[in-house]
Amino acid sequence: MAEYQYLFCRLQVRSAPYPGVPLPKGATGREGKPFFNYWIGKIGDAQIGPIRLGYTGVLSLFCGFIAIEIIGLNMLASVNWDVVQFIRLLPWLALEPPPPAYGLSFPPLAQGGWWLLAGFFLTAAIILWWIRLYIRAKELGLGQHTFYAFGAAIWLYLVLGFFRPLLMGSWSEGVPFGIFPHLDWTAAFSIRYGNLFYNPFHGLSIAFLYGSTLLFAMHGATILAVGRFGGEREVEQAYDRGTAMERAALFWRWTMGFNATSESIHRWAWWFAVLTPITGGIGIILTGTVVDNWYLWAVEKGYAPSYPTVYPGVADPALLTGGAR
Amino acid sequence: MRTDHAMNRFFVLAGAVLLGIAGFAVVVLSFERPPVRTVQIGHRGVAMELVYNPRTVAAEFARQQAPAALDPADPPESDEDRASAIYENVPVLGHLSVAQFGRIMQAMTEWLYPGQGAEGCNNCHVPGNFAAEDVYQKHVARRMLQMVHQINTAWRSHVGDTGVTCYTCHRGQAVPAYVWSQQPEHATRGGMAGIQVAQNLPGRDVGLSSLPNEPFTPFLFHDENIRRLTLTPRPSGNLAGTMNTEWNYALMMHMSTSLGVNCTFCHNSRSFHSWESSTPQRVTAWYGIRMLRDINVNYIEVLRDRFPPHRLGPLGDTLKANCSTCHHGVYRPLWGAPMARDYPELNLANFQRAAAAAPAAAPAVEPVPEGEPIRLPAN
Repeated sequence: MAEYQYLFCRLQVRSAPYPGVPLPKGATGREGKPFFNYWIGKIGDAQIGPIRLGYTGVLSLFCGFIAIEIIGLNMLASVNWDVVQFIRLLPWLALEPPPPAYGLSFPPLAQGGWWLLAGFFLTAAIILWWIRLYIRAKELGLGQHTFYAFGAAIWLYLVLGFFRPLLMGSWSEGVPFGIFPHLDWTAAFSIRYGNLFYNPFHGLSIAFLYGSTLLFAMHGATILAVGRFGGEREVEQAYDRGTAMERAALFWRWTMGFNATSESIHRWAWWFAVLTPITGGIGIILTGTVVDNWYLWAVEKGYAPSYPTVYPGVADPALLTGGAR
Repeated sequence: MRTDHAMNRFFVLAGAVLLGIAGFAVVVLSFERPPVRTVQIGHRGVAMELVYNPRTVAAEFARQQAPAALDPADPPESDEDRASAIYENVPVLGHLSVAQFGRIMQAMTEWLYPGQGAEGCNNCHVPGNFAAEDVYQKHVARRMLQMVHQINTAWRSHVGDTGVTCYTCHRGQAVPAYVWSQQPEHATRGGMAGIQVAQNLPGRDVGLSSLPNEPFTPFLFHDENIRRLTLTPRPSGNLAGTMNTEWNYALMMHMSTSLGVNCTFCHNSRSFHSWESSTPQRVTAWYGIRMLRDINVNYIEVLRDRFPPHRLGPLGDTLKANCSTCHHGVYRPLWGAPMARDYPELNLANFQRAAAAAPAAAPAVEPVPEGEPIRLPAN
């Protein structure tokens, strides 16, 4: 039992490979001979396989491959097909959406057409994978919690790359594919629309994001800490509390006066995680469509505080010279 | 079992050591060694702060010092004492005394071609015939003298009483270390493969970001609008999008790296557009942008035909100035050393007054071309 006091997994269950629960009549089977890997066992289940891809899985991987290929080859072309430069400069390279002049029309491939194609195939891959989650869960007799959670992430993804550009009337408002470029885009987006800090949905999204990490740490730590009393069997303990759950509950009740239950902590985690992209997506879709300057909006709504002027007399010099450039 | 255990321990240790080395490398290569000092420059709670590392500042302070001024020279006592009375073909500096004229020639040689002694003269002059106009550098130098005068008089809003000399930009080099010219867009060599405008490569001039690498043509040569924000809470016809804003952001990153300061040197970042919550430095910077447009168009690009091809950019335009050209990463060039005060020879106003008083006696000055639009290839 003291094994759980260690920071990394020390237990590995080895038996004959488990093929999985019997499938309903008519369902297609799983492929591959399962095997064990010691190092994978350090971070997860040591058994690899069997795998079940199905039509949606195969199509999803195929579409994802096309999307990554379009993005990667465009990046490679931007360094004149120099593989060394491609590796060296990869964090800077990007596939950009079309310039504003193209609006919502389909531009030439070299002017953002590839971005639209990559976006289409990436979206197809994600939606197919989403369907696959639904089918897998259904065939295993599970609830659809994962399906809805992934749907929340897809909402934010589609708002950024599809819904908001549609509402703004220009694909150029989409996000570039690239590591630093999408971060620079994010900063430029906040600057252009008057500081997302004052977007309340952005604030909610951050609260849920940081809240998720906090809940995750609290929950993970609690369960590991009561592992010596059998606390890892947390789902059974939702309806049959053992000493582990009682102690965990007491710990938090004495610490902060309130405790979640073995069931509710998972609902907390699910809602925090899911509300992060849902609220974030609402904040993004309102930006530029309903609100164009979040700071001024917050001033209007009276929740951007005003501070004393430290440098009196600083005024727009364009007012003196005329012309606001 | 025992050997298994030992093997495990070995792998875990080896993994830990490798991770440790990689982590150490990341930390050493990514982070700046402390201390980092923060100075509050605004109301409490608004994060108006200047961030600097005293070690870096000390190193830059030692590296960027104005050279000692040459011994002063007496101004002319009479018209016979003027350079124009002694030398041929001195249209810009003819009003100086002979001593002053020699002094500024010596200073310019040291500022651009240090350590060459009398040989240094030959960088602009035909040996043995100082009046000859055959060396292109002489024409450039003449225009640059007019530019220095323009900066020190018309752009006091930016340079204040400190002013500039040739050394502010040149720092002992014939071509200043930080200049810019138009860059060809990333070549579309991949056939159909799509390439964007010149961005998404680490840009030296824009803080190594992936932002547009050359925001100078639109903003420091042409007068593209830098103001992209909407000044109403709700949409009111501002068509600028995120993609346009990346150009302005790139210019701001350039200013930040050129001056060695963060955004809050000029802006209260809660509201970049608000002048009321900005610092006075933002006004200085605003004039600096207009100053650069003036000198890039009216003093540098007009020399395009004078320069040999190897002194031009890849698209054939001149090597022009941006904030780094003078600032060299320091918020006040040469830490605000008032070099211009030591060189009254650079003040052409005396000459212009003399010329106005006695137009017949003075040689014709090259007229300062008005800001005629110079069309570069579309950006």
